[in-house]
Amino acid sequence: MADSPKFDKKSRYTGGRGIAGSFEGETVTRRRLMEGGAQLVGGVTVAAIALPGLGFALGPLFEDTIPTRWQDVGPEDDFNDESYVPRVINAEPRVGDAGKTTIYVRRFDDQRDKVNEGQDPQPYVAISTRCAHLGCPVRYIQASGKFVCPCHGGVYGFEGQVEGGPPVRPLDRFYTRVTGGRVEIGDRFSLNSDLERFSPRDPSNHLDGLWQYIYPSRPTT
Amino acid sequence: MKLLRPSPPRPGKNGRDQNGAPATKPTAKDQAVEGAASAIGWLDERTGATPFLRGFLYRKVPKGTNWYYTLGSATMFAFLSQAITGVFLAMYYEPDPTRAYESASRITNEVFLGELVRGMHRWGSTVMIVLIFLHMGRTFFFGAYKYPRELNWVIGVVLLVLTLMMGLTGYLLPFDQRSYWATIVAVNLNASGPVIGPYLADFLRAGSEFGPTTIARFYSLHMLAVPGLIAALIGAHLYLVAKLGTTAPPWLKAEKKDLFTEEV
Repeated sequence: MADSPKFDKKSRYTGGRGIAGSFEGETVTRRRLMEGGAQLVGGVTVAAIALPGLGFALGPLFEDTIPTRWQDVGPEDDFNDESYVPRVINAEPRVGDAGKTTIYVRRFDDQRDKVNEGQDPQPYVAISTRCAHLGCPVRYIQASGKFVCPCHGGVYGFEGQVEGGPPVRPLDRFYTRVTGGRVEIGDRFSLNSDLERFSPRDPSNHLDGLWQYIYPSRPTT
Repeated sequence: MKLLRPSPPRPGKNGRDQNGAPATKPTAKDQAVEGAASAIGWLDERTGATPFLRGFLYRKVPKGTNWYYTLGSATMFAFLSQAITGVFLAMYYEPDPTRAYESASRITNEVFLGELVRGMHRWGSTVMIVLIFLHMGRTFFFGAYKYPRELNWVIGVVLLVLTLMMGLTGYLLPFDQRSYWATIVAVNLNASGPVIGPYLADFLRAGSEFGPTTIARFYSLHMLAVPGLIAALIGAHLYLVAKLGTTAPPWLKAEKKDLFTEEV
């Protein structure tokens, strides 16, 4: 057939390509059309099952499920600006005891504490015990005025800034406010090494310089 | 119903043996053997299992094949043992942050043989990790990853990663202090990856904090998603082994006679 001048392999029409049983003006054979149609229907069916399933599994990435709430940690008299007082708050109220976490609270000291431009200082400094390396619980050592992590030896100074070990940024803090003479603890925030405030990041995420773009803010926080 | 019809007469079965002498009555043993053979024959006729199994189980192996070649099968049997004990553990385990620890300790302390089954699963996981690494070492040092078996090496690496994921997701489930903090650290390790790391951690935790569905998520990955993938990939791995055959150990020299002799 290829030798015949009547047929052209590159013709638009099935008749022109010499396909048996072709209709005039037909560009796609019925067989090909059926194949394509069956694959399309199959693809749509698979997508109709797979996409909702995938969305179901990935949904929590795009919603903030922990609402902002203020937790009372005691009267103002309980705290001073010299040393930290440990308090227990509930970081995730839906999991019972597993959601509880220790924080260290002291009064803000405008002599000693750094105030970054454009960021209101918090009336109380509430330090999270979640190590900025991989999330183990740090402990405040009164004698040295430092926070120490038991897992990989991270050491933080009095303001939570990194002084040694693997942590990549200072300890996180929580927003604080005073209502009716009582100290209340709000949402978590993270800090870079200049103690500038950022939306909460996971431990191990750097926040200095260009690193803050490599570890972006997420919809869940 | 062909099965219920009497089998066609055969020589020696018509009351006479080959020499024309009256045959003895078939004993109960003969009848049982006959019944089993006909049942297997019925299946074989409909599935073609015999030629497949003969090719799969009695395939030729190179000279010098030794005990190291059993490490892959050993890993697979460790996986099967994990799957079986895991199914039974799932009958008593409750993947809920307030009940997980108690259900796990009930398995150990109260359920009949619970300690044994949980122990098998717990130590079996370590055995499987050890075996899969030995198997990978064998493949590497014998050069068995080379052409045409590269794809099987790639599948094997994916199986290794999935096996490690089984270890990671299973570690949380007893939900004691050790598993809780180990998982916190492991999830934060995932978060340290650039750009997608934080999202990966959110996926594993189902949120920004270790939440009420985190343990259910780990449980689902541990007993449904990852084992399903492992089982499917073991199938592909075995198919390629059977199709491509195994390699001779590297210390075995090719016989030059065979290489250069041509049949005329």
